[in-house]
Amino acid sequence: MGGFATLLYKEVLRFWKVSFQTVAAPILTALLFLLIFSHVLERHVRVYENVSYTSFLLPGLAMMSLLQNAFANSSSSLIQSKVTGNIIFMLLPPISYAQFFAAFVLAAIARGIVVGLGVLLATLWLVDLPWQAPLWILAFALLGGAIMGAMGVVAGIWAEKFDQLAAFQNFIIMPLTFLSGVFYSIHSLPPFWQQVSHFNPIFYMIDGFRHGFFGVSDVSPWTSLGVVSGCFAALTLFTLWLLRIGYKLRA
Amino acid sequence: MGPAIRIEGVTKRFGSVLALGGIDLEVAQGEFFGLLGPNGAGKTTLISALAGLVRPDAGRLAVMGHDVASDYRAARRLLGVVPQELVFDPFFTVRETLRIQSGYFGIHDNSDWIGEILENLDLTEKANTNMRQLSGGMKRRVLVAQALVHRPSVIVLDEPTAGVDVELRQALWGFIRRLNRDGHTIVLTTHYLEEAESLCGRIAMLKQGRIVALDTTANLLQRFSGHSLRLRLGAGTALPESLRARVSAGPGGEHVLALGSCGEIELALACLREAGCSVEDIEIGKPDLEEVFLRVMERG
Ligand SMILES: Nc1ncnc2c1ncn2[C@@H]1O[C@H](COP(=O)(O)OP(=O)(O)O)[C@@H](O)[C@H]1O
Ligand SMILES: [Mg+2]
Repeated sequence: MGGFATLLYKEVLRFWKVSFQTVAAPILTALLFLLIFSHVLERHVRVYENVSYTSFLLPGLAMMSLLQNAFANSSSSLIQSKVTGNIIFMLLPPISYAQFFAAFVLAAIARGIVVGLGVLLATLWLVDLPWQAPLWILAFALLGGAIMGAMGVVAGIWAEKFDQLAAFQNFIIMPLTFLSGVFYSIHSLPPFWQQVSHFNPIFYMIDGFRHGFFGVSDVSPWTSLGVVSGCFAALTLFTLWLLRIGYKLRA
Repeated sequence: MGPAIRIEGVTKRFGSVLALGGIDLEVAQGEFFGLLGPNGAGKTTLISALAGLVRPDAGRLAVMGHDVASDYRAARRLLGVVPQELVFDPFFTVRETLRIQSGYFGIHDNSDWIGEILENLDLTEKANTNMRQLSGGMKRRVLVAQALVHRPSVIVLDEPTAGVDVELRQALWGFIRRLNRDGHTIVLTTHYLEEAESLCGRIAMLKQGRIVALDTTANLLQRFSGHSLRLRLGAGTALPESLRARVSAGPGGEHVLALGSCGEIELALACLREAGCSVEDIEIGKPDLEEVFLRVMERG
């Protein structure tokens, strides 16, 4: 095990100690989205038969919160450690690259799931969700959190300043999450944009996650699982390679 | 018994700056070794290369026989580094910081040793204080403590006493000396040359990425410094001709006569007496590392 367990513990403790900002705030944001969008669109939009717009929206919002917070956890921890210089405490010990990666990704998943679950729990009394296939829900929550946690590791390693990280977040993560079908089904898009959406891995995370609740989705959950697993595998190899060559961490 | 540290042909460039220009160095187990040099000489870069924080362009480094690149986990387990920069994690208290650092080395029950370190560095009272609330000197102590949690065989301290009060310096050196007596190898960089002189058995001096002097402290002192006689003469007296060639002007306008050995004092005094010089003040200067350092840097 070596340093892995401690690094994971430290990364979890780090967000848990400030859970007001890292957990409560994003849950509140998601609830505001839900309140406003469902109020405005409930009577105008129906994506699947027998599924109200508010029900349709909720899993998407929960997943979006999960993904954004998984990304935020690993990326902000790394950039903070780099800027303050205390990353040295993680670079001096005999922690292997795989352990380093796994600890950051698992902590990111943990924060993502706490936030995502928080969104669902806070709305239990408001919105009726069928929870048809919990295993799909779990699989996409874990894989989605893992991918975004790994993206956060890459962004945190790459960025040298907070504004570079903000740019990564605003120009890559935000567009990908908002254009992934959180608020709509991609079938309601013009054909060209439907095609474009199929190149967005986050679309598959949301679609597969939603399938777990309603048993219906835009593409087969198996296709989504394949795409998402493939993305995670590729990203893992890439990140491990960055860590091995010491990119921006070891001069 | 192999060396504690072996460095062979290490070079490192940062853009156009040659930070290390081919360093070869061995430090034996149990040594108290000093690494001296002006700012920018490459001391921190060399230490970072040893710790795996910097990748050299060429050459190899090993800690207790373990290559820092190919066998990095074994090498890092045996090495403790006190970094030059005053860094800390504001999320944690002193004790949490030390527990976490122990855990990074795979040590999960370390409270006895942590207690001992805290005691020795006079940190016990601050154990449950958040890092953010500590003064600079206290943070520096925690940095030292963090480097020691895994009882490393080789301890490297990069300017650990910069900006630290006298009291801590005494306590710190007492503790580090004890670790050295217990068999730990110590490598130290410092700008306080009197500190290096009293602590280090052997010293390397770096200038622009190269080692320009490497010897025991005693040999360096003997070779580049020596005893001297500082004289202040009465008004209107001139130095006798026979001494003039070996005399230089001291900082306070006094005459400084370099002595080859202590025995030369008698001869010098005899010369002065024969010439009828009136001596107002006289003082014997001991060899010191500051002088060695200045001479080596001029020459190197
Ligand atoms: N990460 C870095 N990037 C660019 N230049 C560096 C870096 N680290 C050190 N240097 C340069 O390398 C030289 C040696 O620096 P350093 O090892 O810190 O010296 P010292 O510790 O002896 O003061 C200096 O000229 C310094 O500016
Ligand atoms: Mg330095």
